[in-house]
Amino acid sequence: MTSTTVLHLPGISGRRTAWWTVGAVIVVFTALVATAVGPAGPVWWRVPLALLDRLPLISINSGVTEAQWNIVWQIRAPRVVLAALVGAMLSLAGASYQGVFRNPLVDPYLLGVAAGAGLGATIAFVTNREITETWPIDPVPFAAFIGGLCAVALTYTVGTAFGRSRSATTLVLAGVAVTSLATAVQTFVLQRNNDVVRQVYSWILGRLTTASWADVRLVLPYIAVSTVVLLMYRRLIDVLRVGDDEARALGVNVNQVRIVVVLAATLGTSAAVAVSGLIGFVGIIVPHAVRLLLGASYRLVVPLSMFLGAAFLIAADIPGRILTAPSETPIGVVTAFFGAPFFLLILRLREARR
Amino acid sequence: MMANLLLRNTRVEYAGCPVVVGLDEQVAVGEWLCVIGPNGAGKSSLLRAIAGLVPYSGNLHIAGREVSTLTARDTARHVAFVPQDPVLPDDMSVADYILLGRNPYVSTFGRESAHDREVVAHLIDNLSLRIHARRMLGTLSGGERQRVVIARALAQEAPVLLLDEPTSALDLGHQQHALELVDRLRRERDLIVVSAMHDLTLAGLYSDRLLLLHQGVAVARGAAQRVLRSETLAEFYGVSARVIHEADGTVVVVPQRSAGDL
Repeated sequence: MTSTTVLHLPGISGRRTAWWTVGAVIVVFTALVATAVGPAGPVWWRVPLALLDRLPLISINSGVTEAQWNIVWQIRAPRVVLAALVGAMLSLAGASYQGVFRNPLVDPYLLGVAAGAGLGATIAFVTNREITETWPIDPVPFAAFIGGLCAVALTYTVGTAFGRSRSATTLVLAGVAVTSLATAVQTFVLQRNNDVVRQVYSWILGRLTTASWADVRLVLPYIAVSTVVLLMYRRLIDVLRVGDDEARALGVNVNQVRIVVVLAATLGTSAAVAVSGLIGFVGIIVPHAVRLLLGASYRLVVPLSMFLGAAFLIAADIPGRILTAPSETPIGVVTAFFGAPFFLLILRLREARR
Repeated sequence: MMANLLLRNTRVEYAGCPVVVGLDEQVAVGEWLCVIGPNGAGKSSLLRAIAGLVPYSGNLHIAGREVSTLTARDTARHVAFVPQDPVLPDDMSVADYILLGRNPYVSTFGRESAHDREVVAHLIDNLSLRIHARRMLGTLSGGERQRVVIARALAQEAPVLLLDEPTSALDLGHQQHALELVDRLRRERDLIVVSAMHDLTLAGLYSDRLLLLHQGVAVARGAAQRVLRSETLAEFYGVSARVIHEADGTVVVVPQRSAGDL
């Protein structure tokens, strides 16, 4: 009975779980490739063998020396894992923000979250850093979270107050203004505290190039919590597509959903910013690519953005390591190089459809 | 307990300004009440209060339960609301959209059950929407859109169906189709239908009773023959209209050009 009913009901998006497997396979494959290539280290095809060798019950002579293995495991692997976490988080947050703000043009950077997080972190660095440094829990990521949250709240308030028609462009413009404001305040604070400039900038620019397992451990809890919450809310984010009023009439507690999703997405984004620095456009390119491929239901866009975001950022990090070796091309340069034209294209297509 | 709709001294305010004042009304199971009145009379506010979307004072009972004490989910199981200008995301499929109507029955972080999909599958057949199920909402015509919105409301399986200007965006033929559809469904499902309408002839034709609101006050109520009178319309709509009573009981309202314009 059940299966026949499903067959008789075409056009439902929520149940194509096979895509989760496809997404996971893409991530694992990209991660393997990224771990295998690089300027130093063993020949690429020996790396999968060496990884297999490390699994329990399997013993393969991979011909990888201990020094080469250290390059793979202590330098490349954490960097790949961190890129995956950050890419997944930024895309997931982007898709979620787009859903709860009903605006396909927003992402964590355009909403001012990153700039706000940077400002929050800066303030934490200049406020009794010698004391807070010794605290058992480093307050810098938390300060970044508060800063990001204030920024997104300000963007939303300004954007909706002046954009009564809920125009997509107003919210983006408000985000640009809030970003400029946060950056200006940050610059001002830094000028008065020359001694911490280096610390703050190394924090803002991120540590993806020197990533270690300690960085992975630092952000994993925040990103895990945020991911679980956002995935749980994906169906409700989909209901919000019919507007606040009608979603409420369908029994959704609209304000609660919006607040929880924004909190979770901002928490995850702030943690990602803490390790990766400013990486723009991931949160907008990836969810849109998923929409083009699989349709606009957030029940698919949210989880698939997570997988494709992870794969995308792992892949975007590869040319950065190889092209200009031995020096590095920052990953943000690569994502912006592809992202900025893509963003303009989407903007153009949307305006053309009006 | 009969699932009727009972309003006692119901009052709705916007920013301290009363828009519905001390209304008493009772709608029985299977009855269609049509709220009429000039723009700003409080029709939409009344509907939104019944849907639990705006606060009210006084009493508003559905099946014996006070609407203001219900959770959002519970309200959605009692009342389905079709707004005047529903939001239909262009890139959402018809089936996905109708399935949204099952939200009040899906646990917050769960997914739709086999039963939910079955309800939607039946509705899709009942409303002849099967060939459209995969289509995107943005590609539908006005009449198809209205049918899809009604289908989503019915998926809520609520005893009360509220329609705010259900025909304002439709041509004459589709107005008739939409209202015939609502009439058929309310008979099949014993629905209470409360609609706000501007077209007085259609309002009289399809509803059992009319409720004429003027500045939030009920100024006339009852059968179309009683409410739709040229002196009533002149007083509350400020319109000069001829009201024709047909032999079959139909009341036709025809606007007249005032003498000054001739």
